Amino acid sequence: MRCWLRADRIARVVAACAVAVAGCASFDPPKPWEKGDLARPSMHFDADPLASKTMQHIYQSREGAAGGGSVGGGGCGCN
Amino acid sequence: MTRTRLQALAVALLACGLTVAAPAHAVRIGEDAPAFELVQADGKPVALAKLRGSVVYVDFWASWCAPCKRSFPWMNALYDRHRGEGLIIVGVNVDKRRPDADRFLRDVPATFPIVFDAAGATPAAFDVKGMPSSYLVDRRGVVVAVEEGFHDERTATLEAQIRALLVAR
Repeated sequence: MRCWLRADRIARVVAACAVAVAGCASFDPPKPWEKGDLARPSMHFDADPLASKTMQHIYQSREGAAGGGSVGGGGCGCN
Repeated sequence: MTRTRLQALAVALLACGLTVAAPAHAVRIGEDAPAFELVQADGKPVALAKLRGSVVYVDFWASWCAPCKRSFPWMNALYDRHRGEGLIIVGVNVDKRRPDADRFLRDVPATFPIVFDAAGATPAAFDVKGMPSSYLVDRRGVVVAVEEGFHDERTATLEAQIRALLVAR
């Protein structure tokens, strides 16, 4: 019976994988002068700080989740 | 068998080697400033080679860069104080979209020449490490100082250095 796992075949698969993975290495992060799009307000996780603060406040008071979203407190509702 | 394996290894190594880009060369103190020729808003060109004989302060800026905004009033004042003695400030804008730069300049107008490089060839040639970045070039075209970022506490030192360059003809 012919063994499927022949050494040369394994070597070829490994080589193919190496070529494929090497493609990932060519990714260049944006240069300092190319970060204009990343600096846009819409790229922030928190696009509108005031709105998210309001949401957080409502969440805390309605869900009894005080302390979960920011510093201090452990959810006991006593602060 | 061994030969096949060696061949495969060679191919894999080659693939890895090809993808490693040649490291860009950052402009260092004592080296000639990379030449550039860029155009101002009114169409007038600014070529670094033509500014030989003047002390040139090349500043890379963008509309989205907050410290750049803080640096402009200082650069305006610096330019107004020393332009008569042979100082030229060249503000190289690296915005991809020109209206962004125009809006910035309406907010903080510049008294010194501003050129535009949306393609980013000039910051690439200098291998700018951060925004803003400034390069002080002496009368012979040699980089004598590299300034990364804008720090209020550095301005006095920098201006003293510029003044020394202006005096040393």
